[in-house]
Amino acid sequence: MIPKAFDYCRPTTLPEAISLLQQHGDAAKILSGGQSLIPMMKMRLAQPEYLIDINQIAGLEYIKEDAGYLKIGGLTREADLEASTLIRSKYPLILDTAFSIADPQVRNLATVGGNLAHGDPANDHPATMLALNAEVIATGPNGQRSIPVKAFFVSLFTTALESNEVLTEIRIPIPPAKSGGAYFKLERKVGDFATVGVAAQVTLDGKGSCVQAGIGLTNVGGTPVKAVKAEDFLRGQPLDEANIKQAASLAAQDAHPSSDLRGPAEYKVSMVRELCKRALTKARERANQ
Amino acid sequence: MTTKNVINITVKVNGKDHTAAVEPRLLLVHFIREVLALTGTHVGCDTTNCGACTILLDGRPVKSCTMFAVQVDGRELSTIEGVAQNGALHPLQESFKEKHGLQCGFCTPGMIMSTYALLQKNPQPTEQDIRWGISGNLCRCTGYQNIVKAVQYAAEKMSAKKETGE
Repeated sequence: MIPKAFDYCRPTTLPEAISLLQQHGDAAKILSGGQSLIPMMKMRLAQPEYLIDINQIAGLEYIKEDAGYLKIGGLTREADLEASTLIRSKYPLILDTAFSIADPQVRNLATVGGNLAHGDPANDHPATMLALNAEVIATGPNGQRSIPVKAFFVSLFTTALESNEVLTEIRIPIPPAKSGGAYFKLERKVGDFATVGVAAQVTLDGKGSCVQAGIGLTNVGGTPVKAVKAEDFLRGQPLDEANIKQAASLAAQDAHPSSDLRGPAEYKVSMVRELCKRALTKARERANQ
Repeated sequence: MTTKNVINITVKVNGKDHTAAVEPRLLLVHFIREVLALTGTHVGCDTTNCGACTILLDGRPVKSCTMFAVQVDGRELSTIEGVAQNGALHPLQESFKEKHGLQCGFCTPGMIMSTYALLQKNPQPTEQDIRWGISGNLCRCTGYQNIVKAVQYAAEKMSAKKETGE
């Protein structure tokens, strides 16, 4: 399949990229990893007139802890997350998520920034970033602004990014001690999009009660879903089996999937409940390590 | 309807430099097959699933049906045609032959590119490492077991070679 013809630019600096975005507005799309965008262009579901390839812009690939945050550059490849000793040792939720995305070849190109900016509820990082209460840094002609991830996903394929902004960084508040997270993804086969996915991140106190809980859901609505009812329920409660079960039921109430080739809606809702139980249980296990 | 701007690219493929003027929308796999006439790289699904189009970009496996040729300007590619050296089959190629790791052969170039990169990074992979390493490459014929055996055999041969200092 062949995309519609387009003009291609490859700016070497961020200001250059932003100026091109200013110039072309909605007629332009950013090319990051391209592993979501190019398949859509090949099916002509996306027909940008201008493609702005940001892959030559230096300084957008990094994974570091700084000033109380884990900071991930927008161009960081999924494969870089997998290889990072920092992610492997301290952020198993993010590692789980990176591993679940597509396959090795796609992960060599796909970027974390793109996974969020594409605005696809079927992508995996959104649920995880919702669970982690992350922020997205958008850089535009007037400088940088921070957008909380929970306000970032507006509708299907639409985020809070303006047409002249580039997603340059994802910032995650470094979880305190006694925190843990996990991502569970149900898929028909390796590499598939999620039938459903659940990301859970918890912080416990000395007695095993939940100080803080974050739960994100993949592919069960027009946008990635933050399971706020479940999160609110868990706060202050002992993170025991009964409460995990209750939280999972509440999370399932926030799931509004469509019936499709991956299964009927009722099945998917059941799977949210099941995966949420597993994710919270695993998160608790990791928090206690 | 005018053709959008045509772009000159220079790409090193299997050690050799190539220059071409291409439309931005020319897929990398079509550039490789039709402009460079290297038809060992295959178009299977065209939907980023099957991996028959797998090549190495600066040593890392990527699906060439999901990139544009213009993106690889100034970069280095390896395709299946570059795997044999000086007329001699690479141990991976020998092993796929020895261990019957192919039937129709359509997935094979992609399998070899993925496993070539795997063995570079991880010269002594476990079975699970191998299966994970080829998880982006589909095979409709073999059921994968002989592909896995071929890669294990290649890994053995390559580490034996290293030890004898060949």
